[in-house]
Amino acid sequence: MDLDLDAATLAFRDEVRAWLGDNVPAAPLPPLDTAEGFAAHREWEHRLAEARYSVVSWPREFGGRDVSLVDWVIFEEEYYAAGAPQRVGQNGLFLLAPTLFAHGTAKQRRRVLPPMARAEEVWAQAWSEPEAGSDLAGIRAQAEKVDGGWLLSGQKTWSTRATYADRGFGLFRSDPAADRHRGLTYFLFDLHADGVTVRGIPQLDGRPGFAEIFFDSVFVPDEDVIGEPGNGWKVAMSTAANERGLSLRAPGRFLASTARLLALARDSSDPALADRAVDIWVAARAYQLHTWQTVTRLLDGGELGAESSLGKIYWSELDLALHETALDLLGESAELESDWMAGYLFALAGPIYAGTNEIQRNVIAERMLGLPR
Amino acid sequence: MRFQPTTEQREFTSVLRDFLAGQDVPSIARAWAAGDVAPGRALWRKLAAQGVLALGIPEEHGGLGATEVDLVLAFEQLGKAAVPGPYAESAAVLPRLLEGGPAASHLDAIALGETMGTVALPPAVPYAVDAAEADAVYVVEAGQLTSGVVTDERTSVDGTRRLGVVQAGAPLAAVDATSAFDHGALTTAAYLLGLGGALLDQAVGYAKIRRQFGSAIGSFQAVKHALADVAVALEFARPLLFGAALAIGGPHASRDVSAAKLACSAAANRAARTALQVHGAIGYTAEYDLSIWLVKVRALSSAWGTARLHRDRVRAALTDEVNHG
Repeated sequence: MDLDLDAATLAFRDEVRAWLGDNVPAAPLPPLDTAEGFAAHREWEHRLAEARYSVVSWPREFGGRDVSLVDWVIFEEEYYAAGAPQRVGQNGLFLLAPTLFAHGTAKQRRRVLPPMARAEEVWAQAWSEPEAGSDLAGIRAQAEKVDGGWLLSGQKTWSTRATYADRGFGLFRSDPAADRHRGLTYFLFDLHADGVTVRGIPQLDGRPGFAEIFFDSVFVPDEDVIGEPGNGWKVAMSTAANERGLSLRAPGRFLASTARLLALARDSSDPALADRAVDIWVAARAYQLHTWQTVTRLLDGGELGAESSLGKIYWSELDLALHETALDLLGESAELESDWMAGYLFALAGPIYAGTNEIQRNVIAERMLGLPR
Repeated sequence: MRFQPTTEQREFTSVLRDFLAGQDVPSIARAWAAGDVAPGRALWRKLAAQGVLALGIPEEHGGLGATEVDLVLAFEQLGKAAVPGPYAESAAVLPRLLEGGPAASHLDAIALGETMGTVALPPAVPYAVDAAEADAVYVVEAGQLTSGVVTDERTSVDGTRRLGVVQAGAPLAAVDATSAFDHGALTTAAYLLGLGGALLDQAVGYAKIRRQFGSAIGSFQAVKHALADVAVALEFARPLLFGAALAIGGPHASRDVSAAKLACSAAANRAARTALQVHGAIGYTAEYDLSIWLVKVRALSSAWGTARLHRDRVRAALTDEVNHG
């Protein structure tokens, strides 16, 4: 057993670190979920893509560098340590792309992935509906088969990034007679197509980080169905583990925030807060090491399964505890606008999205511990 | 980077687990607590035959010279079975104190399972556990290894831990007390993780068969979620333990051992509280075997360093890192 990085990985790390050091904007970009901020973040993605750093783990033909999982984790550590901007394309990069690699056709990959890598097309996810949150099988938005494609109708909501994004992906009910998980199809669609109405929904920070989307007989060609019609649940679930687990939450983010927290806690005279900061470091270190365990398992041919639910609970609670500790350290000025407050508001969503933590606990209890349903 | 046990390590672990599962350890533990150490000594010799006592001992003293990863894997299994006796002291701590010194030959007898040794490192480790039963008792004071003199005994909440009050006797050698302490804390953390895993298994097993309101209680979400939280805590304590095992001998040993001890203690305590709650009144009885694991978690939480001590060690190391980049 060892935690040693090989020479090639160390060289890659140095290269990434140097590039980020030269290129990460000195002043923070405007907030992502504003028209101005969205454009600035897209601009940043163009620079990343030009240097082939936007999708390092992807094959070269789609704009990547084909690096190993180990190098990807290291890239994420460097990215967050450098304080680089939030990834505007996150939903596409970490949810849709793995789905396309697993279930898309070669043609779909060639068509969708390169513009995604360059953020020329930014993707929004469209899972939830007013009546389908944790119970995602309750989806009602419909897809009706027509010549050459499908007509989408109904409503999606809490669609992250949809306010300013270009395209979306989600599940629609293509067989109204089928029950629950059956009869769902995975579609790609254009957020600017005829019949699509997007209404941004301000989040706790006042900015429209998600949106509701209305579909009024929106035509989608057959080529924008991922996997077989009626097989959408299986297609979507194959990447749910990605959202909960490894790819959405590499440890780099928490390690970087923890380093900032320790700097903040250094001068604290409150021993209870100092203890909490120590406990956060321990938890972030645990998450980092656990990721190396998972990476080793995946390199040995294992899969991300129900175990990703353990990680989802862990990182979301860690993120929240980390920011709560930071705000408590800030004392009377905690309520003021700050990076810590922005991070805290973001962390508050963690236990809700990607499957609420209550659903994850059910998954752990039933699928890992074998308790009765 | 390969952060998982090797196939050989998995096989060793699985052989040890199967062996211990066939030993009726609860009866041995009850006898040990009642002062009948014969079954416990017999198990000690059998575990020595499996190589458990020799893992941390250098080859020139008949040991296996194994890695700290091997040690924590073995101690997790000892904890899972709740084996009584001064295993951490004999198999992990004394090798660090005795090797290269005048009493190094004692290690040969420990590796063979013939000698049971114990040690106190006051103030963090004030008592020498099982001193009355041990063949060799040591005390480390002011960086000196001394032969310990047993003057009295105290009663632990865990009846299998018979705590010897000891005084420093004749000095034997100057020793690296920090390395010895780190090995004690590391293996105790591994033992706690094993205890926690066994408590989760027992609670899950019980929740599947115990019926109330016409259903297995394990079908209730309040029970499911409490058990799921235990699984999360144990899952994320384990990598800290492996990380600490790898850190031994390096600049971050104390920091990483303390992080592991904090996390393993916290996870085991959560497992204990939840297991008791899931069992209800039957779990609160001394007669039911769950009690052996429950009280041991409490005892080991403050053994080989309290949470206060370990948190302070992590904090000191982190402050150092911040100050020196």
